[in-house]
Amino acid sequence: MSSTFETIANIIAETCDIPRDSITPESHAINDLGIDSLDFLDIAFAIDKAFGIKLPLEQWTQEVNDGKATTDQYFVLKNLSARIDELVAAKGA
Amino acid sequence: MRLEYFQLIDRIVELRLDDRTISTEATVPTTSTIFEGHFPGYPLMPGVLLVETMAQTSGWLVVAANRFERMPFLAAVKDAKFRTFVTPGMVLAVTATLLHEGSGYAVTKASISTKGKPICDAVLTLRVMPFPNEEMSQQMRAQADRIGFPSEVPAHG
Repeated sequence: MSSTFETIANIIAETCDIPRDSITPESHAINDLGIDSLDFLDIAFAIDKAFGIKLPLEQWTQEVNDGKATTDQYFVLKNLSARIDELVAAKGA
Repeated sequence: MRLEYFQLIDRIVELRLDDRTISTEATVPTTSTIFEGHFPGYPLMPGVLLVETMAQTSGWLVVAANRFERMPFLAAVKDAKFRTFVTPGMVLAVTATLLHEGSGYAVTKASISTKGKPICDAVLTLRVMPFPNEEMSQQMRAQADRIGFPSEVPAHG
């Protein structure tokens, strides 16, 4: 979990030129860090490569739009880390 | 190439989904209103149209990878380098490789050369989404037929 968070925090800092110190597990990528959808494509690309997964961004967006999920579930970084860990585990299963 | 209509690809030379690569060809027209301004007395193909040429080539690869069910739209251009001038009448060889297929986006690396000499290259990000309407889908399929989209890739569903 912590290493996953460290990896995505470093990716966000490098991709979006955000000071690493300002990125915490409680940070919301959109609401707190101001990352827009285009920048998030770069982040998703880097995460996909780093973890060998495919973040289901379209599915998540649909769930949020349908009111079945909140953005917190996917875009608060500790939750994003947990989702990534799940995807990595599912890949290895 | 029909620059004014943004029809920048003349034909698909090769499309290999197993290698995630595509090659296209395009001949720069000898006359165009664009050359009247870019530049008077010294016509050059604008760099932005070279980027668009790489984007369209990448786009056909992504269309093929999505079995003509989704449409790519240019979202980002990175590391674009223009190494030499492109002049009227030049025959361009365009290639693109699919680096990554994400959820709702794709990343390609594309390049243009002429007679083996590199012209330009870039890394492109494309948003990939359902066709906005049936008219656009039909237009894309007509374009595909025009440039020789290979029949083994199901262009007609």
